[in-house]
Amino acid sequence: MTVARETGVPETQEIFEEEFGNTGTWRSGTMVRLRNAVPPLTVFLVFIGLWYFLTYVVLDPDRRWLLPPPHDVVAEGFFVWDTLLEILEGLWLSTQVALMGLGIAWVFGTAMALAMSQAKWIERSLYPWAVASQTVPILALVPMIGFWFGFGVTARVIVCIIISLFPIVINTLTGLLSADRGLHALLTLHGASRWTRATKLQIPAALPHIFTGLRTAAGLSVIGAIVGDFFFGRGNPGLGLLLDKYASRLQSEALLSTVFVACLLGIVVFWGFGVLGRRVVGDWDPYWAKEQT
Amino acid sequence: MHEESVITFDDVAARFGHVTAINGLDLDVRRGEFVSLVGPSGCGKSTVLKLASGLIEPSSGTIDCDTDKIGYVFQDATLMPWRRVRDNVELLAELDGMDRGERRRRSDEVLGMVRLTEFADHFPLALSGGMAMRASLARSLLLEPDLFLFDEPFGALDQISRARLNEELLTLFRAKSFASIFVTHSVDEAAFLATRVLVMCARPGRVIAEFDVPFDYPRDPQIRYEADFSELAGEIAETLALAS
Repeated sequence: MTVARETGVPETQEIFEEEFGNTGTWRSGTMVRLRNAVPPLTVFLVFIGLWYFLTYVVLDPDRRWLLPPPHDVVAEGFFVWDTLLEILEGLWLSTQVALMGLGIAWVFGTAMALAMSQAKWIERSLYPWAVASQTVPILALVPMIGFWFGFGVTARVIVCIIISLFPIVINTLTGLLSADRGLHALLTLHGASRWTRATKLQIPAALPHIFTGLRTAAGLSVIGAIVGDFFFGRGNPGLGLLLDKYASRLQSEALLSTVFVACLLGIVVFWGFGVLGRRVVGDWDPYWAKEQT
Repeated sequence: MHEESVITFDDVAARFGHVTAINGLDLDVRRGEFVSLVGPSGCGKSTVLKLASGLIEPSSGTIDCDTDKIGYVFQDATLMPWRRVRDNVELLAELDGMDRGERRRRSDEVLGMVRLTEFADHFPLALSGGMAMRASLARSLLLEPDLFLFDEPFGALDQISRARLNEELLTLFRAKSFASIFVTHSVDEAAFLATRVLVMCARPGRVIAEFDVPFDYPRDPQIRYEADFSELAGEIAETLALAS
């Protein structure tokens, strides 16, 4: 409440806007950014405050290592050269694994969705398996993946592929099938070939959904890369292995820094695909036009 | 088939599996004629248009159509949201392989006719329901159709936009003199627009009554409130009630 008042945003404004559209009083650049940035920043500050409170008030000094204060985490995680280098190398590897997995899942997923959109029998054959790929607990498959593909980078990429395939297939398929039936009829009446229909109607119609799928899949792929790390320890360590290592050595400052970096990776990936989606379809798609990324 | 006919249905039936959507349908639409089709839901009104356009084939009977220049407008504007208004209006011409210069000249013309010139470079996202429908009309108008099929085009609009679009459609009809088959739920709309109103009944769909609308064009919107018009509309509504 108070935050809304401070930025000059009475709540009735939003109710008015529903009926009358932009009322032009405050929805201009800076104010909007302020309105969107202030609440989450406040939450962040409260969070940091709570953290200090737990560290210095709740925990006894001899148990303070369980939750070191934020400034120690920053100092040891980001200002000790060796630790920072280790975390950055882990970050680089995990990012590569996640993006590789996402890329391959995108190629496979798009091909699957395209095939499914072209023939009902293909859709009926593949759809249940696409769903199944999502319901299989990934941890149950992990031993087999290691067994077949070794315990290096390949196995981690495969975990990412499996975990991020589903949202890509489903969103792309939904998008391809969302093409307007009337337009489909008009194109048919004007002699459009299957190819023309796909390129002029189905694929553009699918774009907003494709970006929604990609964004979800990208977030999942980051999770996959880190989870995969826990189990496939061979080769250079990614973020997951670092988490494991710091936890077992009770290096809580480095552990928390790594958690922070892992979160940041997830956020950056999500945000990046958001920006991309808005760039490509934000001019004409009602959903993406409203996205504030 | 009459010499002046644009399209003629002779004893046409359309069956899908066990369902007979249309049976024994005769229909003849001549040049410069505006035929409205009213009937209860599910009586196969839209199927008549699909048959007329060639989108589906009749199960029996014959359809003679002497033109392939057919405009088709649906209840939704069915614009491509990723194309600007002008590119939407030029879509069908593009599919037909019309060259760019000619497309451009014609889209300028029809955008002017539907009063969307200043929105030519906007995406459909920026259009109101009525404007989107006008863009949809322009898209078909650009190809100068001899036969125009309307499938409840203004059904989703509010009363004011709807009345206004009815007037604009009549202006276009008089300027371009295409033949029309106009499907609607509204008796009022049907009678205001048409030279002839056909009433269909359901299961199976067929024409059960025909009314000539004797009023000259251009028609004043106020005509709807005159005694002659009300009487005719009343008769049509009564027949329609019996058919439902």
